[in-house]
Amino acid sequence: MWKFFHQLASPPHFYRLAGLFAPWLLGLSLVGIVIGLYGGLVLAPADYQQGDAFRIIYVHVPSAYLSLMAYTMMAVASVIGLVWRMKLAHAVAAAAAPIGASFTFLALATGSIWGRPMWGTWWEWGDPRMMTELILLFLYLGYMALRSAIEDRNKADRASAVLAIVGVVNVVLVHYSVEWWSSLHQGQTIMNEDARMPTSMLAPLLIMIFAFTLFFGAALLQRLRAEVLEREHSARWVGRMLAEEQPNA
Amino acid sequence: MMSDKPVADTIELRPFATFRAMLWRELKLAFRRPSDLINPLFFFAIVVTLFPVAVSPLPDVLKVLGPGVVWVAVLLAALLPLNGLFGQDHEDGTLEHYVLSGQSLVAMCFAKIVALWLVSVLPLVIVSAVVAQSYLLPSSVVPILVTSLSLGGYSLCALGAVAAGLTVGVQRASALIALLVLPLMIPVIIFGARAVSLAAVEASLSGALDMLLAIAILTSLFAPIATAAAVRISLE
Amino acid sequence: MTEFPLSLRDIVVSRGERCLLRGLHLDVAPGDLVHLVGPNGCGKTSLLRVIAGLSPPQSGEVLWHGEPIVGQRLRYAQSIAWLSHQPGLKADLSLIENLTFDNALRRRVTAAQLDDTLIGLGIASRRDVRAGGLSAGQRRRAALARVLMSDAPLWLLDEPLTNLDTTGRAFVLSQLQSHAAAGGMIVFAAHTDIVIANTAVRRLEWEVSDDE
Repeated sequence: MWKFFHQLASPPHFYRLAGLFAPWLLGLSLVGIVIGLYGGLVLAPADYQQGDAFRIIYVHVPSAYLSLMAYTMMAVASVIGLVWRMKLAHAVAAAAAPIGASFTFLALATGSIWGRPMWGTWWEWGDPRMMTELILLFLYLGYMALRSAIEDRNKADRASAVLAIVGVVNVVLVHYSVEWWSSLHQGQTIMNEDARMPTSMLAPLLIMIFAFTLFFGAALLQRLRAEVLEREHSARWVGRMLAEEQPNA
Repeated sequence: MMSDKPVADTIELRPFATFRAMLWRELKLAFRRPSDLINPLFFFAIVVTLFPVAVSPLPDVLKVLGPGVVWVAVLLAALLPLNGLFGQDHEDGTLEHYVLSGQSLVAMCFAKIVALWLVSVLPLVIVSAVVAQSYLLPSSVVPILVTSLSLGGYSLCALGAVAAGLTVGVQRASALIALLVLPLMIPVIIFGARAVSLAAVEASLSGALDMLLAIAILTSLFAPIATAAAVRISLE
Repeated sequence: MTEFPLSLRDIVVSRGERCLLRGLHLDVAPGDLVHLVGPNGCGKTSLLRVIAGLSPPQSGEVLWHGEPIVGQRLRYAQSIAWLSHQPGLKADLSLIENLTFDNALRRRVTAAQLDDTLIGLGIASRRDVRAGGLSAGQRRRAALARVLMSDAPLWLLDEPLTNLDTTGRAFVLSQLQSHAAAGGMIVFAAHTDIVIANTAVRRLEWEVSDDE
């Protein structure tokens, strides 16, 4: 078991394994998305309050969930990279950031579309969830900006790792503080704490969340392969492998 | 100069003395460059002037704008010296000596944070108490303003130090530091500025000042450690 | 096997993409003077920084009394005196203010001993001058004063003789000699040849291959 993990951390093995897994993950996720969307857009009944507008949650909620999950993964990978000095962990954090940022942007866009019928505008500054997503986007952008500002890759890895860890605490704090703020002036929130959702509405949502997670995994593995190639470009196994793939070159 | 005895097994770590020496050094350096002390105050004055001009000088508007404008202006002004927190040390080579001093780098970073707070935040807080009157803030609320700004400004110095440590050696890091620090400051701004707004309409503060204090304590605990780690990484 | 105070094992140093140094083994015993020789940019400074613990080597380890330095950072730092290209002085503080700060951190010498060092280096008359107003040579000597007044057994010096006149050079060389004679260790980089009376100097020379 331990040997498996040790092998996993070795770049050429990882490259190969990731290449095997990624297409399967992508395929499964697409199947899941189709099922989930069918269930959510067609099968589920219209919400008695919001009509058909609520259906956007089938994209919004999974995006928001993944935007947070990606950041948590970045923070955990950063800790592993700093403490155990694993280069692959730093690569995971670097690869996860743009994907997480994209999901955050998607969550913001779909949230804006969702909120418009209720708010009357494209953006509601008082909504706690949306504000948290917005600050999360800034955290992602700051992380990526720091990475690109530092030229030495090892330094960039370690510096952005410190930043990710500092930011994780902040996500919790931001959410709590914005909720406190909105509770003071009763802004219109879009996410009612409706735990009691009928199964026909809830099931597609869970499927979508699962499918999005698989998609994230596929995208992460693909980005990771590119990261590994770039970081190891001078290593022998890369040269050998590329020569194998292009025998005529 | 070299003693004949072998290197001692116990290290003579003196964090308090290190903190004191560094704090004293930073304060001395700050007062030898008076223009660096004044610039943030000018910046603050300009920013608080812009809002009545750009928005409206009507009393009702000013009363609403006041706490937030003063808060944001203090934070933006306090951001200005952050790039230089380690910048000068890096340029003249003293940063390497701090790291190699054999004394606690964490204590030194903590001293830098405290010095920054004393030198740049406290003067801003004093001036803001005056400016707040022009925004028609009731004088009974001024103590809340001063307390919230002092606590919030401290958190800014702490988080700013981490950002400054991460960007040592990066060209034109000021914008990057702002991008890194301001999202981290959102909770502080919410609790701080809102506390003053609430006090101005005589509503209950709902523990906002307690949250500010809690955040200030939290940042005191981890910011020096994170800053020291960041500085070491930046020097690699 | 006797333990050397300073050991470098299998050190690989690289800067960005370039590998500067591969597979270095070095043992430094008390009384050793190691001279790093090579053209500019070949990696002398990088190696000194690795030995000091400022940068991690790409692979390999630095051992202090048999233990890796990564596990004993502060203790190892207290055993080093460091001299780099920049003198490490605050321009707005006077010479004496700069040095008393360092002394406060390490508490190694009395004020009188510090004065003696300044006299020996020929900068005692400049003690109250703002460091920014000193000449390059005087700043260099102030940085050397920091090294001399430390109690550290290991001196890591990057170009210790630049910006010094003949008297300055002679003084520094004699200090190097007495430190080594007292059992201290010195690793220094200098692109000129150094000859120290009555002392063997080990050389570590870089060969630059033409196809790099």
